[in-house]
Amino acid sequence: MRLFYDLRVRAVFYQVLAVAGVVATGWYLASNVSQKLAEQNIVTGFAFLGREAGFVISQSFIDYKPTDTFARALLTGVLNTIWVSSLAVTFATLIGVVIGIARLSSNPMLRSLAFFYVEVLRNVPLLLYLFLWYGLIITMLPPVREAIELVPHVFVSNSGLTIPAMMWSPAHTNVLVAFAAGVVLAMLVRRRMIAQRVVTGQARRVWPWVLMSLFAPVLIAVLFFQPEIVIEYPEKGRFRLTGGAHLKPEFTALLLGLTLSASAGIAETVRSGILSVQKGQWDAAKSLGFNRGMSLKLVVLPQALRVIIPPLTSSYLSLFKNSSLATAIGYPDLVLVTNTTMNQTGQAIEGIAIMMMVYLGLSIMISMLMNWYNARVALKER
Amino acid sequence: MSKFSALRIAAGFGMALGLGLAMSAPAHAQATLDAVKKRGKVLCGVSPVSAGFSFADDKGVRRGFDSDVCRAISAAVFGDPEKVESVPLSTNVRFQALQSGEIDVLSRQTTWTFSRDNSLGLDFGPVVFYDGQGIMVPAKLNVKSASELASAVVCVLPGTTTQQNLEDFFRPRNIKYESVVIENSDEWRNAYFTGRCDAITTDRSDLASVRSVAPDPKAHVILPETISKEPLAPVVRQNDANWRDIVSWSVYAMVAAEELKITQANVETFLTSKNPEVQRMLGVTGDLGKMLGLEPRWAFNVIKGVGNYEEVFNRNLGPDTRIGLSRGPNKLWTEGGLLYSPPFR
Repeated sequence: MRLFYDLRVRAVFYQVLAVAGVVATGWYLASNVSQKLAEQNIVTGFAFLGREAGFVISQSFIDYKPTDTFARALLTGVLNTIWVSSLAVTFATLIGVVIGIARLSSNPMLRSLAFFYVEVLRNVPLLLYLFLWYGLIITMLPPVREAIELVPHVFVSNSGLTIPAMMWSPAHTNVLVAFAAGVVLAMLVRRRMIAQRVVTGQARRVWPWVLMSLFAPVLIAVLFFQPEIVIEYPEKGRFRLTGGAHLKPEFTALLLGLTLSASAGIAETVRSGILSVQKGQWDAAKSLGFNRGMSLKLVVLPQALRVIIPPLTSSYLSLFKNSSLATAIGYPDLVLVTNTTMNQTGQAIEGIAIMMMVYLGLSIMISMLMNWYNARVALKER
Repeated sequence: MSKFSALRIAAGFGMALGLGLAMSAPAHAQATLDAVKKRGKVLCGVSPVSAGFSFADDKGVRRGFDSDVCRAISAAVFGDPEKVESVPLSTNVRFQALQSGEIDVLSRQTTWTFSRDNSLGLDFGPVVFYDGQGIMVPAKLNVKSASELASAVVCVLPGTTTQQNLEDFFRPRNIKYESVVIENSDEWRNAYFTGRCDAITTDRSDLASVRSVAPDPKAHVILPETISKEPLAPVVRQNDANWRDIVSWSVYAMVAAEELKITQANVETFLTSKNPEVQRMLGVTGDLGKMLGLEPRWAFNVIKGVGNYEEVFNRNLGPDTRIGLSRGPNKLWTEGGLLYSPPFR
């Protein structure tokens, strides 16, 4: 009995109790469900993932055919979700930072334009914007048979933008890998040389070395693999333009909707971050002879980031989850593919569980990444 | 508590919540009829908006072919066709709603397929409408057959068998095509009307209703190929054979009535008919009603309440309606169609 009055023992006891409670509840629910499903003769489990999907997906990164399995179809959906979300996050951040700064501009015209932009975009539900963008694209632009030829071989129609494309081969992939290696190498070289400059105090030109380490691997790869450049031009077929690369209206409308809506939120976050930096910092920067742009870049933004990052993480997370609205306008994201899968197999619980796991997993990854970055920019007490 | 274990517990709760949704199934079946009687109405899952099959009219009353099937069941059970509560369901949730006991019967343009019948814990009643998937294209494209559609883009609704049928049709013919899958049916129609897609596909009965709302219905042709069999049938839970019989025989009563030339208007006069099958069916003699657990005049009530199959068809889908469908295969077997009721004896 005495033991129970020990604070540490009690703490452990309560934690064990809480975990046991959660586990027991989970176990009860799971067993109850599987028993009920068995009673109703409903097949359960994930065996359906190995069966043939039998439906086409209009755009995919990996090679996907209708003869592939449901698992591969779902993977295609996941990749489509990731692709559109990461592009939207990138663009929304860029636009958001610019608009957020413009909100604080001393130019009244610019300031009110930015204000207008933010208020219009963040006060209407995203779904309505998706319908608007998609509706505009498919009704304003002519059907593909009357496609507008902007410049030779570049067509715009309500089936999207079609441009000539280079035929891709493994040699091209190798060059791309070499380029990635070049980027890493250039970053290492730059860091190394700057560190050296700090140690030795001797000014040496950094950029020629950086450029060289950036392009040398690519040059070597090109000479070694000799990728052939074959351009495929879009041609008018009976129904469609065939060949070339194709930017589809469903994707464009979704990217546009996600980017613009999220950028409005991000702009406000950026503005609040900048405002949180005390005026004294601006004055101090000015007294060091910085102009307004330099003060912003070198003094204020780094401090503002500490305020910006946590709400920015939330913006990214909601953008990522909002991409599931894709299903309304026909972009084959995870939700759309899973819906089709659930309907064809009737495995609704499994389908929902897969979706939840994927969204949860990816959201946690985004959080972790942003938390890591937050820890880096956070105020370090020295 | 570390951030991670908090996340893990949150994940656990999420899963539990998701699983919990499937739990509310009725404790015991075999009792659908009792539950329906006790409740005083039939809960019937229908399409939210599908011209000719189920939609709310300007007074908010559900009309359409599928809704009349619900009425027939209500008439058989209660002697009153209006004791129906319609539950509009999307294609994605319809089976779960039935499995979980939210509705008693699903009468919602649902195709009877092998895997649905055998893996969902559900049973299908008799086919009430023999449909098939078709493809519609703008007339100006001058397409005569679906096999000319190589490299065309086809607009499809998700959550149905149509995506798979399309693939099953094109793959053996080695025809490459693209599809745009749009969940919102207004956007889906719009994508076709604006020319985002070259063709649109769904059940032929549905194509007729899409065409009926086109700016110029004559500018669209439904191609001759029927690329799939779509027998539409009401669905019930598998564990209640008695309820399934009630649903099935309510439908058969309508079909048999057409065959016996009994209509909503003249059914009273048939009560004095000399035909023994009519006597048994209308409950004048025998105890067919009792075998179903219903009152003797159940079939009389069905015919009195909604009419025979022909009347239901013509009222909702027939040539005089906006949908304007002909009977096609949905004729009586005696007239070369597929409708056939087992005998009432």
